Formats: sequence, structure tokens, C-alpha cells
Amino acid sequence: MKKFLASSIFFFACLAMSVSSSAYAQLNIVITEGVDNATPIAVVPFGWEGEGMLPGAISDVINHDLRRSGRFNPMTMSKMPQFPRDISAVNYQQWVDKGINTIVVGKVKELGNDRYQIDFQLIDTLAGSQLADAPQVLQNGQLVAGQSQLIAGRTLTVTGQDFRQFAHRISDIVYEKLTGQKGAFLTRIAYVVVRDTKTVARPYQLVIADYDGENELALLSSKEPLMSPSWSPDGNKLAYVSFESGKPQIFIQDIYTMSRIKLTDFPGINGAPNFSPDGKQIAMVLSKDGNPDIYIMEIATRKLTRITRHRAIDTEPSWAPNGKELIFSSERGGKPQIYRVNLSNKRIKRLTFEGDMNLGGTITPDGSELVIVNRTNGNYHIARQNLADGAMQVLTTTFLDESPSIAPNGSMIIYSTLHEGTQVLSLVSLDGRFKARLPGVAGQIKAPSWSPFLR
Amino acid sequence: MKTSTSLRSLLIAVPVMTLMACSSGPSETELAAERNRVAAEQAAAQQAAQQATQEQVRMEAAQRLQQAQEMAQQERDSLVSMQTIYFDFDRSTIKSDFYSVLDQHATFLVKNSSQTVVIEGHTDSRGTPEYNIALGERRAQAVETYLLNAGVSAAQISVVSFGEEKPAVAGTSEYAFAQSRRAVVVYK
Repeated sequence: MKKFLASSIFFFACLAMSVSSSAYAQLNIVITEGVDNATPIAVVPFGWEGEGMLPGAISDVINHDLRRSGRFNPMTMSKMPQFPRDISAVNYQQWVDKGINTIVVGKVKELGNDRYQIDFQLIDTLAGSQLADAPQVLQNGQLVAGQSQLIAGRTLTVTGQDFRQFAHRISDIVYEKLTGQKGAFLTRIAYVVVRDTKTVARPYQLVIADYDGENELALLSSKEPLMSPSWSPDGNKLAYVSFESGKPQIFIQDIYTMSRIKLTDFPGINGAPNFSPDGKQIAMVLSKDGNPDIYIMEIATRKLTRITRHRAIDTEPSWAPNGKELIFSSERGGKPQIYRVNLSNKRIKRLTFEGDMNLGGTITPDGSELVIVNRTNGNYHIARQNLADGAMQVLTTTFLDESPSIAPNGSMIIYSTLHEGTQVLSLVSLDGRFKARLPGVAGQIKAPSWSPFLR
Repeated sequence: MKTSTSLRSLLIAVPVMTLMACSSGPSETELAAERNRVAAEQAAAQQAAQQATQEQVRMEAAQRLQQAQEMAQQERDSLVSMQTIYFDFDRSTIKSDFYSVLDQHATFLVKNSSQTVVIEGHTDSRGTPEYNIALGERRAQAVETYLLNAGVSAAQISVVSFGEEKPAVAGTSEYAFAQSRRAVVVYK
């Protein structure tokens, strides 16, 4: 009976998943490296107390999140020894015997009126299996068995449409409790899709989606190229470059109201927009004064400040998390390298020295590392460089990599690369151990940008 | 007697004319009338001839204009077929192979000073998109400089870079890359 219930839950969960992921540029994932390093875990399919189908998938989403983070290797359902819905039903030894030291269990109860109560628990089965030696604690004047095996648990009431979001929230909690790092599962990505320019009227599209590719939304479809989306720090707006008027212009579009403003329309290049950490300014590249240089514009007043003044190409400005410095690419030294400029005293310092050239730099959220596109021996790889000691490590084995964007928790980099002739998005963890490809279904996918935390 | 005026004038004129032929000639009025008539005829004939000439001139002018336009269009068409200039990897210098092509564009543009062009700059897909926008602009500006030095007016030229966003040939072969590294002179 239990097995039938479990498999019917799984079936319904899968059904819910496949119905919702019918997007035209499905971001499926193909993990190419790193499963061996991942921590085994099991997310037991949640119990369901209600009529008809579960309104959304929970355990499947959590499984997917944890696997995609590169840190975990979730056990497949067919290998699970039991299907508890609550800590009281867990047989710790059975899990430990299978090499699983941590499990997630839960249940969903229909309350009516499209409201659902979701309970979940993150359980340390290893601690639980050592129950005989478990310490006792004083609680309400009584000695009781310590609940050291319960790492975290929550009860929440949600509506049907919040299921997926809440599943991501559970993933965040599991990730944070087990790694000590904040989870980034409630985030989004923006990217550009290029359909067949010969057959599609408006082949260039600016798209946003949940970080895993679900809930795709096209913000703009155009006959001419779109480039360089950049998220505002509050996650409500995207700045981007559009060639819809036959020349590049920078726009800022609200992703909820869809209204947009044309921020710049200077002669020449208007490119590489980048929101400041406080959201009040945008760094950009303009060539109106003779050649591409870095400028900062205050959004509210449109006041423009010129940052670089050099006849070489200066481009790709990116803010340091403290908002006081910009890094940018420049060929003032011959080949393109990454430089940093102090915005108060305007002093410029070169940061990269390895390989033929370095481009497309961003700084990790904790300010300690630089992520760049490094070219060595003709190959363009994503690399990271420690800002303190300059040590550089190449992270990818794909080539022709470009446009790296870092997750807001600093754990993962999404970037664009060529795979079998098509541009696709790919993931690599900051330590380079986890690698995955996100094959799209329709068209070339490029210019990814990872949103800030959206909670 | 109720004779018509013309009949009466004839009755007078004919004998008068006969008499004229015979002896003393026509009267002043008659001569004047005759002169007027001839003058009017001549004037009419002159006017007709003038009109004919004018018409001829107009037609010839129209023909010449059409011919000029056709020639210009042919020149444009042949130039359009030679509108792409190719570049070496990471370079924006114009190779000598393309000097004569650009010279022909320059000659046409100098001759037709109301003709405008947009020079598009492109790159292959290696490198990062925004850096390639800058490199593409450099290539387009190299072509612009060449044309300006050849006497084309700055007002006729504008420049736009598409970087790697519009490759000429999809793929990563050396051929695809080489075809994409280009500046295109687009006649507007």
C-alpha cells in the first residue's frame, strides 16, 4: 500500500513537472563533471493528504536544485528503503546503511480554498542512528532525548501557485544548513535567445526565467540584436542594449510593469550597462568622445561622469561589491587586460597578467575573487583569480567561453559557450569541480546574467 | 441692297486687287492687314517651332537624366556587390587588396554628394561580445577614414558596430570566422 502511494505521488509529481516545463528554450541540464564530489542525500517524496493531484512538484524541485548546485547527489527514488513523511517514522539505520547521512522528509495537506499546509524536516540520519548514545537535554524540567537528528523543520501555509517557490525555499534552507553558505535557488537569470534570423521575423529575444529555466518570460522580441542584460540590485529592472533603431541604445525595463525608458542614445557605442550596488547609477561604455571609454550615469538625473580617458578601447565595466571601484577591460597595455579604477581618486591599476588576454571581468560577491574570460593558446576559458595573491585557476574545459555571470551566493558561474556549433549556457562551480551544460531547444542562447537574491 | 459685308469687301477688294496688279497697288489698310496676317502666321509658326524645340530639349534632358540615373544605379549595384571589406583576426587595418574597391566607392560618393552610406563593423565570435562591439567600431572607422581621406564628405558617412551579433556565416570554422570579420558599406 505504501509503495503504491509513493509511486502515485511520484507519478503525479513528474506529471506536474512535465506540464510546467514546456518552454520553448527549455534549460535542461547535462552534468558533465563533479557527481563524485557531491554529498549523497535523499529527498523523500512528500506525503500528500488531499484530493486529486498535488498542485505542484516539491520533492522533484528540491532534488533538481540540490543536484544543480553541484554540492549534492540526491538518491533516486527506486533506491530508497522507506518513505517516511515525518521524523517519527524514520528508520535511521536503513538510510545510513545505504550511505545516506541526511534526508529531507515532508508532507502536504490540503486545507481548502487553494490553501495548503506544507511541513518538512531536514534529518541527520547518522546522528539518529547513534540514538543510543544521543545526549539528553533538559526541557521543561525534564530530561528528554536530544533532537540532534533534526537539523531544521518548518511548517508553512501556501497557495497552489507558490508551490515551486516554496520548494526552492526548502532547497535554500537545506543548502544553508548543510554547507554554511546561503542558497541561491530563489533567483532568476536573464539571457538573449537568437532564433533563425532567416525564418523568424523578430529573432532576437530578451528572456528572463527562474534560475533553472522554468517560468520563462520574453521581455522583448526584436528584428535587431539585443545585448548585455544587467539586473538592478532590487531585482525589478533590467538594463540592456538594443539595436532596434539601427544603432545601439541603452534601455532600462521594469520586468513587472514592462514599461521601459531609453537611458542613452549618444552617437557611437552605447554599451555594457551595469547597475551599481546601490542601484542609483549605471556604468557604461560610450564612444561619443572619440573612442570607447567608461562612463557612469546617475539614473535619476542623467548626469554623466567620464571615468576613463584613453585612446585605447576601454569596455566591460563591472562594479566591486563595495561600490567604490570599477573593474574594466582595456587594451591600453597592448592586449586586453583587466584593470581596476578607484572612483574617488581615479587611480587605475592593472589586475591580470596571465595568458594572452583577459576580458569580461566580474568580482565575486564577497569581493575576494575575480572571474574572467582568459585567452591562452587561442582558447577562451572562464578562469578565476584571487585578488589578494593573484593566483589564477582556469575553471572550464569548454572553449570559446564568454559572458560569465556569478550567482549571488558566489557558488556558481553561468556563462555562454559553443557546443557542437550552437551557443548554449553552461555552469561551472567557483572551485571548478562541478560542470554542466544547459542545452536550449530553440536557437542560440547567450549573454546570461544571474539576478541578485530575490526574497 | 443687302449684301453681306464680306461680299461687299470682296466686291471692292477683288477689283481693287486686280487694279493693284495692274496699276497702282493695294491700299495701306490692305497691306497692313496682309502684313498682320503674315506676321501672325509667322509668329504662330515661330511659336510652334519654339515649342517643338523646347519639347525636344525637355525630352533630351529627361533622357539624359534617366541615363544618368541608370548609370548611377548600375554603378551603385556594382558597388553594392563589392561592399564588403574583410579583415584579419584582431586587426582593423585595411588590407591593400581592398584599396581599389574603396577607391571606387569614394569616387562614386564624391560624384554623388547627396548619397549617404552607413558603414557597419563586424567581428567573428571569438572574444567577448562587448569587446567585439569596440573592435567592430574600429574596423568601420578605418573604412570611414579611408573614404574621408579620399575626399568624401563626413556628412555622407555614419558608422555602426554590430560586434559579433550578426555573423556572416554560422559556425566556428576558419572560413566562418574569416567571413564574419568585415566592414560593410551600406548605401542608404
